[in-house]
Amino acid sequence: MTTEEKIWKLLEEVSDPEIPVLSILDLGVLRQVQVQEDGRVQVTITPTYSGCPAMNTIAADVKLKLLSKGFNNVAVDLQLSPAWTTDWLTPEGKRKLEEYGIAPPVEPNGDIHALFGRDPVVRCPRCHSENTKLISQFGSTSCKAHYQCEACLEPFDYFKCLK
Amino acid sequence: MDLQHTQSPAVQDYTPELRALLLDYTLQLADTSLILGHRLSEWCGHGPILEQDLAMANIALDLIGETRSLYQYAAELEGKGRSEDDLAYLREAVEYKNPLLVEQPNGDFAHTILRQFLFDGFHFFLLKDLQNSPDQRLAAIAAKAFKEASYHLKWSSEWVIRLGDGTEESKRRLQKAIANLWMFSGELFMMTDTEQQLAQAGIIPDYATLLPQWEAHVAKVFAEATLEVPQNVFMQKGGKTGRHSEHLGYILTELQYLQRAYPGLEW
Repeated sequence: MTTEEKIWKLLEEVSDPEIPVLSILDLGVLRQVQVQEDGRVQVTITPTYSGCPAMNTIAADVKLKLLSKGFNNVAVDLQLSPAWTTDWLTPEGKRKLEEYGIAPPVEPNGDIHALFGRDPVVRCPRCHSENTKLISQFGSTSCKAHYQCEACLEPFDYFKCLK
Repeated sequence: MDLQHTQSPAVQDYTPELRALLLDYTLQLADTSLILGHRLSEWCGHGPILEQDLAMANIALDLIGETRSLYQYAAELEGKGRSEDDLAYLREAVEYKNPLLVEQPNGDFAHTILRQFLFDGFHFFLLKDLQNSPDQRLAAIAAKAFKEASYHLKWSSEWVIRLGDGTEESKRRLQKAIANLWMFSGELFMMTDTEQQLAQAGIIPDYATLLPQWEAHVAKVFAEATLEVPQNVFMQKGGKTGRHSEHLGYILTELQYLQRAYPGLEW
């Protein structure tokens, strides 16, 4: 295993502070790991949303994790382009989200550009009914919308599509 | 924790003239998002219902996130060692370049919705185009913000329809908002000297191409909301060249208080 592969593996243990069941790999936030000749480690992350308040915490967690394994020269860079998309959520990440009670983004008809288009059919993470309704496009964090299940009446978060 | 952006274009390769133009423009975009983000955040804890309180806080957060990326870029373009915080907290009202619309007070919910709707349409079509700018940094910031602006425009458009085609009371309030705010919509599309030069250089879109797209969207939403599009309204201007209404000073007093009272204070 190369050092870079080892670091990717280690960073699987760094979770999103707002959705702790997801690692930054599951989320697609970790973009690049480079080890320089002098041993300096360059880690590149990308924000889910422009104002995502979790980025500084994630950068600190990445540094702490690597420091604990002996990498003491680590720089974390923020990269805006290409812009993060929910397509980068891994299938494993989507499965974990649903188990955690957050409906994963629905593919592929989350076309937000068609204004007033129909809202996507989102499955209730609790009872799996598709009889759900949108309460608000904006939920407890930037990346989530607020839904309610009409079958079991459970209110739940939906990780909205961003393409 | 200082997160540094990667992918800086070779800012030093730009001519000093181009750098000055880009600095002026980037500050103007940043100021616009900051002031509107601040206005929206004034609603936090005061929204008409919890979900819409959250929606406004979310949109404010997106706008302030965009602001930070823009100020960081502006600080690099300026190259005088000022930080994003210095640019937000230590400039005077006359140095702010935001259009008058975004500094207008919140008023009631209908007033806030209409201000947001007029801006969101402009923001959406501008960012859509700006993603293709040859300036890589502006293009990257625009691509990121465009995805978010799409949700903002959907939200404010739906609320204009709900309020306009709602009860007599909601319609009356929205019409009052139109009477108060329409006169500030024209400035969004009036190009400053800086904007004209950047458009001629192909770095930003010519706003004359954005206006018909905005007008078509507004007409469609107003028709569905059973509202009339105002005609022949005299358009106010000045904010983009630093001549502001009385409201901006009050916003900055609140926004900048801590840094003015305790210079250099950090969390």
